[in-house]
Amino acid sequence: MADEPKEKQPSPVPAGDKPASSPAAIPPPKPAAAAPTGVTPPRPAVPVPPKPPVQLQTPLNNELVGRIRAKFGPVLVEAIEDRKQAILTVECGKLAEVAQYLRDEEKFDLLSDLTAVDWPKREKRLDVVLNLYSFAKNERLRVKARAADGEQVPSVAGVWPTANWLEREAFDMFGIVFTGHPNLTRILLPDEWQGYPLRKDYDIIEQDTSWVKDNLGIESGQ
Amino acid sequence: MQAVTQATLEFVKQYWAPLVCGLVIVGVLPLIVGYVVLVERKIMADMQARLGPMRVGPHGLLQPIADAVKLLIKEDIIPEDADKLVFWLAPVLSVAAALLAIAGLAIGPAFQIAKDVNIGILFVVGVSAMGIFGIVLGGWASNSHYSLIGALRSSAQLVSYETAAGMALVCGLLFAGSLNITSIVQAQYDQGVWFGLLAPVAFFTYLVASIAETNRAPFDLPEAESELVAGYMTEFSGFRWSLYFLAEYTNMIVVASVATTLFLGGWLRPFPRTTWLSFIDFFPPLLMVGIGVYCLMRTPKQPVRVQQTFMLAVAGLCFAVALVLVAPMLVPAVKPLHDGILGAFWFIFKVSLYIYFFMWLRFTLPRYRFDQLMRLGWHFLIPLSIINVLLIGIAMIVGTYFHLQGWSLLLTTSPASIIALIIALFILATEQKSEPQKSSAAPDSYA
Amino acid sequence: MAMDTTTDSRDKQQTLLGADELVLNMGPQHPSTHGVLRVKLKLDGERVIGSECMIGYLHRGVEKIAEHRTYQQFAPYVDRMDYVAAVSNGLGYCEAIEKLLMVEAPPRAKVIRTILTELQRIASHLLWLGTHALDIGALTPLFYCFREREEILKIFEKYCGARLTTHAFRIGGLQYDAYDTLEKDVERFCKAFEPRIKDYEDLLTQNRIWLGRTKGVGILTAADAIALGATGPVLRASGVKWDIRKAMPYAAYDQYKFEIPVGSTGDTYDRYMVRMEEMRQSRLICLQAIENIPTGPILAKVGKVLKPPPGEVYHAIEAPKGELGYYVISDGTVQPYRVRIRPPSFVNLQAFDKMARGHLVADVVAIIGTLDIVLGEVDR
Repeated sequence: MADEPKEKQPSPVPAGDKPASSPAAIPPPKPAAAAPTGVTPPRPAVPVPPKPPVQLQTPLNNELVGRIRAKFGPVLVEAIEDRKQAILTVECGKLAEVAQYLRDEEKFDLLSDLTAVDWPKREKRLDVVLNLYSFAKNERLRVKARAADGEQVPSVAGVWPTANWLEREAFDMFGIVFTGHPNLTRILLPDEWQGYPLRKDYDIIEQDTSWVKDNLGIESGQ
Repeated sequence: MQAVTQATLEFVKQYWAPLVCGLVIVGVLPLIVGYVVLVERKIMADMQARLGPMRVGPHGLLQPIADAVKLLIKEDIIPEDADKLVFWLAPVLSVAAALLAIAGLAIGPAFQIAKDVNIGILFVVGVSAMGIFGIVLGGWASNSHYSLIGALRSSAQLVSYETAAGMALVCGLLFAGSLNITSIVQAQYDQGVWFGLLAPVAFFTYLVASIAETNRAPFDLPEAESELVAGYMTEFSGFRWSLYFLAEYTNMIVVASVATTLFLGGWLRPFPRTTWLSFIDFFPPLLMVGIGVYCLMRTPKQPVRVQQTFMLAVAGLCFAVALVLVAPMLVPAVKPLHDGILGAFWFIFKVSLYIYFFMWLRFTLPRYRFDQLMRLGWHFLIPLSIINVLLIGIAMIVGTYFHLQGWSLLLTTSPASIIALIIALFILATEQKSEPQKSSAAPDSYA
Repeated sequence: MAMDTTTDSRDKQQTLLGADELVLNMGPQHPSTHGVLRVKLKLDGERVIGSECMIGYLHRGVEKIAEHRTYQQFAPYVDRMDYVAAVSNGLGYCEAIEKLLMVEAPPRAKVIRTILTELQRIASHLLWLGTHALDIGALTPLFYCFREREEILKIFEKYCGARLTTHAFRIGGLQYDAYDTLEKDVERFCKAFEPRIKDYEDLLTQNRIWLGRTKGVGILTAADAIALGATGPVLRASGVKWDIRKAMPYAAYDQYKFEIPVGSTGDTYDRYMVRMEEMRQSRLICLQAIENIPTGPILAKVGKVLKPPPGEVYHAIEAPKGELGYYVISDGTVQPYRVRIRPPSFVNLQAFDKMARGHLVADVVAIIGTLDIVLGEVDR
């Protein structure tokens, strides 16, 4: 997909070590922030090229982002603001640690929602999206992690028990495997269901035909 | 052979009246129960700001018949894994016990099937308690978890509350000095005061225990609809289910009759020996006339001609009953029937009030939880009833010592009742205090 | 393979059940699971030692449907999620799309939206109260509650023609202006409603059996409630004073004075009290709102074809059941790329196991009732 520049931006510093240089360098050095001017918005990942040149997604650079960057360095892939809502993208493998930090240090104690989005044309096609809320700051934060199909995503159920069912739902609908989840089974769909319905390439007609054939022994009229 | 025929003939000759009465009871009681249900639904509707059954017959008055027909023609389902014989037997047992208990009751001085059974009240209580077998066996035979839990609850509940009820009955029997139903009522006539007034705590205990025994709300845990679907009746349908239903309502009538006999003066009018209050005898006909007049007033407001006719018919019926009730007082020829007719009215009237109270509670109160029900039974009602029996006994001894009779017995019995109540409440309070705090914390709560 | 691990863990659970424990399957057809919830209870006698909620019987794939509808076409679908609070669902969806479009509804629309949403909150809470009381064995409050709820539904019907799945709002404002006597109807309802709440409370609040059945049952501490993501009255009954109407005001809530009732222990009784008080507060909001409904347009300029600029937005409102969030991603076309609905009932239901353990079967129905779930929303 064309709009994947972000993947390459942080790669120069691959090993997620947290260098000592970070605290002093909080405001200026942001690998992602270097990109703002030339970068197209990361969101629209559809064949249709983003038409209006309105820059809705602006790089976010507040204290919170600074602190996270200082602590996790390149784990923070990207920080943007879309319609005044903060969105952080972190490296998939470090999701649980970032989550732990956000809950304990940044007081994002309520996991409002955990879901996923499928971008089939992207190299890492799945987004795990966490919507966090902090009672202390009265502030919402969205954390995303990109995962390839079949890639294991660390479960945040140990951080927020809410995630238990929400991750099961994400697994159910998208087939994202959360490692460390206490009971990762399908939740809304029957256990024997095939496929992951909320993926963009899920074909309901095919499902129907095969189900009818298997269960009723006749040709489906679909 | 000859001898057997002879004996049978002798038997029939001697007992033809009770036999006919028994058949009539078996035949008519389902209808009565049907109308009790209708009345219950109407009262419920009235309390809940709605109309209740209105479709079948005027004001839904034919609803019980429609219900009965529906239940009888319903498909009879026996679950595959059920114990067929027991499943078949259970409702029959339940209803048989309930109907048998009716035999011992006396509806007025003139009407009793099993006349002058010397253990009258014991017979009624004992036989009606047999109904629990129907419930337990039915719950077990259904092979369903809900039924099983319902049956378990029911047996535990009956065992606990039967004790309290029995103790309460003992209290009344202390005053009566006899188990024979006629003698009990006669004793109340001699004393000139209902035993319910002499032993209010015993009456209260019996009231609560009888609700629990008949599985009525707020103690309807065995069939708790919202928890156990229908408890022991879950797997029953159609005719079998209606037998359980019949048994439940018959049991209600039985416990109400027992309470009326023992505590509310049976077929006696209020203040039976106070002659200047004899005008109370005119209350029954006046009541019926009142209902008749009300029906007449409502007649023009009925929307359909059928309903108008029906209201007129009801009014006419009320007037006829009033006439029957008033006749023995005015016409010398039928004077001998006076006690029988008025007695039957008072008895039915009191039983109706008692059952109305059951219904009223049902629509007002939420349901107890099982442990709370048990605590109420074992920690409060049973101690209360035992202490009450002891103290009432002492009060009676003191009463005889001072030659107290009738109303003056209240001088000794009411302190006894009050002390019993205080002691029981004290026991309850201390037990609640000493009870360890239940920790419901589960170890792995998020798993 | 993912599926393999799934079946493995299921088998393990089943063998864990010893012979002395009774497994009771409640639902999906059961009088008090409020729809098609299925709960598997592990019982020791009548005590619950474990539970598992099985959901999905009402799953209709709303989120998938959204990806094949235009923004306007999808709006009626959200009414079918929490079907006892359809207006609230609609409000959340419309506001989320408005945020995505970066438009704002006109003030008049906002106020009317607030009135209807608060009426819906009362209606939803009334349904909860009636069924909850019925679960605990009190038959009568149900009918009283439905009597009042009927009045609210009549107002909805007068406003938009529908009673249950109203589809009352449009993206950008309202389709219909308030009918002439809306204020009067709302006022009449609010005036009549005050003594009615007292009626319910007379039947229940001081009732010893009610106290016994609700006090100390299904306790959820504040920490647990937050950890389990509970929101709405469930969270507030645990003592967390958080209401999105106050914390992040939407519609016209910032113009009105109201209190956020909170409980202390987080038991069933507290949740009961919180919801009762919420009904009173909603009534007050309605009364304030009808006093001064601004005049002006009711629909912002959004155009007939909605093509929000690419991007994403998360918008949450305080639905009667809790935080109802919409996470919408636009790719610049007329259809949303993804609509994620954060259902309050689904998340709140997760607290069930925590609340039910150690209690009796009778408490299970009380706890299901007090969570106030709607299966249409749990399963979507």
